[in-house]
Amino acid sequence: MKKFIEGSHAVAEAVKLCKPEVISAYPITPQTHIVEKLSQMVADGELKCEFINVESEFSAASVVLGASATGSRAYSATTSQGLLLMAEVLFNLAGMRLPVVITCTNRSVSAPINIWNDQQDVMTVRDSGIIQLFAEDNQEVYDMHLQAYRIGEDQRVSLPVIVNMDGFILTHAYEPVEMISEEEAEKFVPPYKPERKLDPSQPGTFGVVADPNWYTETRFAMQKSLEVSLKVVKEVASEFKQKFGRFQGDVIESYRLEGADTVVVALGSVVGTLKDVVDELREKGKKIGVLKIRCFRPFPEEEIREALKSVANILVFEKAFSLGLGGIVYHEIRSALFYSKSRPNLKAFVVGLGGRDVPKESLRKAIENFSSDLPDLNFVDLKTEQLKEHLYVPVS
Amino acid sequence: MSQLAEQKENLLAPGHNACAGCGLVLAARLVLNAAGPDVIVTNATGCLEVTTTNYPQSAWRVPWIHSLFENSAAVASGVEASLRAQGKLGRVKVIAQGGDGATADIGMMCLSGMWERGHDILYVCYDNEAYMNTGIQRSSLTPFDASTSTSPSGKVSLGNPTLKKDVPAIALAHRLPYVATASVAYPQDLEKKVKKALSITGPKYLQIHSPCPLGWGFKTALTIKAAKAAAQTGLYPLFEYENGQLISVRKIAKPQPVEAYLKDQIRFRHLFKDEVGKEQIAKIQEIANDNIKKFSLTG
Repeated sequence: MKKFIEGSHAVAEAVKLCKPEVISAYPITPQTHIVEKLSQMVADGELKCEFINVESEFSAASVVLGASATGSRAYSATTSQGLLLMAEVLFNLAGMRLPVVITCTNRSVSAPINIWNDQQDVMTVRDSGIIQLFAEDNQEVYDMHLQAYRIGEDQRVSLPVIVNMDGFILTHAYEPVEMISEEEAEKFVPPYKPERKLDPSQPGTFGVVADPNWYTETRFAMQKSLEVSLKVVKEVASEFKQKFGRFQGDVIESYRLEGADTVVVALGSVVGTLKDVVDELREKGKKIGVLKIRCFRPFPEEEIREALKSVANILVFEKAFSLGLGGIVYHEIRSALFYSKSRPNLKAFVVGLGGRDVPKESLRKAIENFSSDLPDLNFVDLKTEQLKEHLYVPVS
Repeated sequence: MSQLAEQKENLLAPGHNACAGCGLVLAARLVLNAAGPDVIVTNATGCLEVTTTNYPQSAWRVPWIHSLFENSAAVASGVEASLRAQGKLGRVKVIAQGGDGATADIGMMCLSGMWERGHDILYVCYDNEAYMNTGIQRSSLTPFDASTSTSPSGKVSLGNPTLKKDVPAIALAHRLPYVATASVAYPQDLEKKVKKALSITGPKYLQIHSPCPLGWGFKTALTIKAAKAAAQTGLYPLFEYENGQLISVRKIAKPQPVEAYLKDQIRFRHLFKDEVGKEQIAKIQEIANDNIKKFSLTG
């Protein structure tokens, strides 16, 4: 059954299907509609769940940590400053191997304060050990939450998962979403039964001190589990396709890559716009395709290398960058291609920071004006006149 | 009792690597034995966590979790919510614990949140009056004039210039059904308070004075003596509040002068050098007098 539904409410519906026992969150724009909807479901008795309203995102993450360790499936949602406030706990959740699912409704970070969409928030925790998935549209966001619990709770993985959706662009957008029934969902996401939990009948110690003799091995084990999780992401996407008939990619999605000499790479909702631009350019005879990165952590290096092996020009469109270095996804792709025989033209294009619109026209221009002479880091639609008038920039 | 039988009885097992004479692990053992095995314990980062869980060993015979320095109360909230969802809450009790820094400083926000939400959790603060795990830095529960590594006495310093934060009063402001202080010097009183707290539904606060030989500078055999002197001088009043009403205090027949408590500790040694020190000791005596009056400790 298709339902015309707001993105945030689609997330709430998907989370409800997964039957978490504990939800904890703190309000922050643009995440609020998700947790408002979930708390209404609890208030109406539609969802039997402990909904814990906390005094900060730091506590929200800590509450789901405690609940997960006690054997409950747990959920939280946040964004931006809230994610940064959670950061210490996020690393802890990963280290303690607790498979909670957190939705990040991607938003810029302060300063200057800005409540609109980009993906700078979640990029700050890319080294935390948390699995990071990015959704392109609200159907994918909906489906991805069911997949996220399956991936994180898989015994081979046992790690938290962040499901990323672009703030406002997806959270506040109404789209038709094909809904899953409770019976179907229960078969796909069975009840959470961890091997170890806090239980007086089998007292265990969680969160120990690991001295120099042990610490490296704990981090090595996380790395190995993350490597295995790439396989699990694929398995889960494939099983989902079998059961529900939908496939939006597994670790990556290749779109019109056949015979392409130019490929645009992106994560999140901008992929949809890029697909439209690519369709139009294909009609004009340009050999161009889109590579969507659906699983950003772990980074699917091999799959990306394979997808880009015979491509001459690669444009990475990013809603974040590493200040003082450049494009983040750009650098990871550059690193992934280090061993490839070809040496493609590879450039980063920063788009959509702080909620700036990313119209097709801007993307098309960037693609059409692409040349090997461009710098590694490019800013699309940069308003240079504002730089001169208002901001101190050393302009030579 | 054989050594083995004794070991089995203690839910915090021997073999941990806390210092000789540690008041904190003694207090923790008393708390746990009073609580019994049907508990889940959350622990803040600090001496208690570090000395008991050096992987692959653990001194805990109950389910125990440590996450971070400041979130013991929030993790406990999640544990409690999970037990509630599973229908196990009540049969299984939840104890959150931390040192004075984890409680009164870095963890205050999480603690206030847990209290305000009304979780069925006993929070225990082991008050050894400074950040001992990192090398005796002052916390907001370090007493007035105590010399610590970040509030040292010196040519122009008399040690820590502030009074202990009144955490029990903050707890009472959250309308907790049970708020109490205890001391390792009075183990039966301590155990009684733990049992009583756990018999009450809702958030509870227990603050236990737990002397630290290393941090305070006294001989390891004098832990109990130091704790007793703190209570007997009025500097660490032992009381119980139920539903906001003061229901009991440990009476002091004849209050000792505060010097009886201060003199054996290196952290107060600088007060015994000159006239300036004497004036300071008089101020500390006033703190004790105020407590004696406020809680009618002698009456």
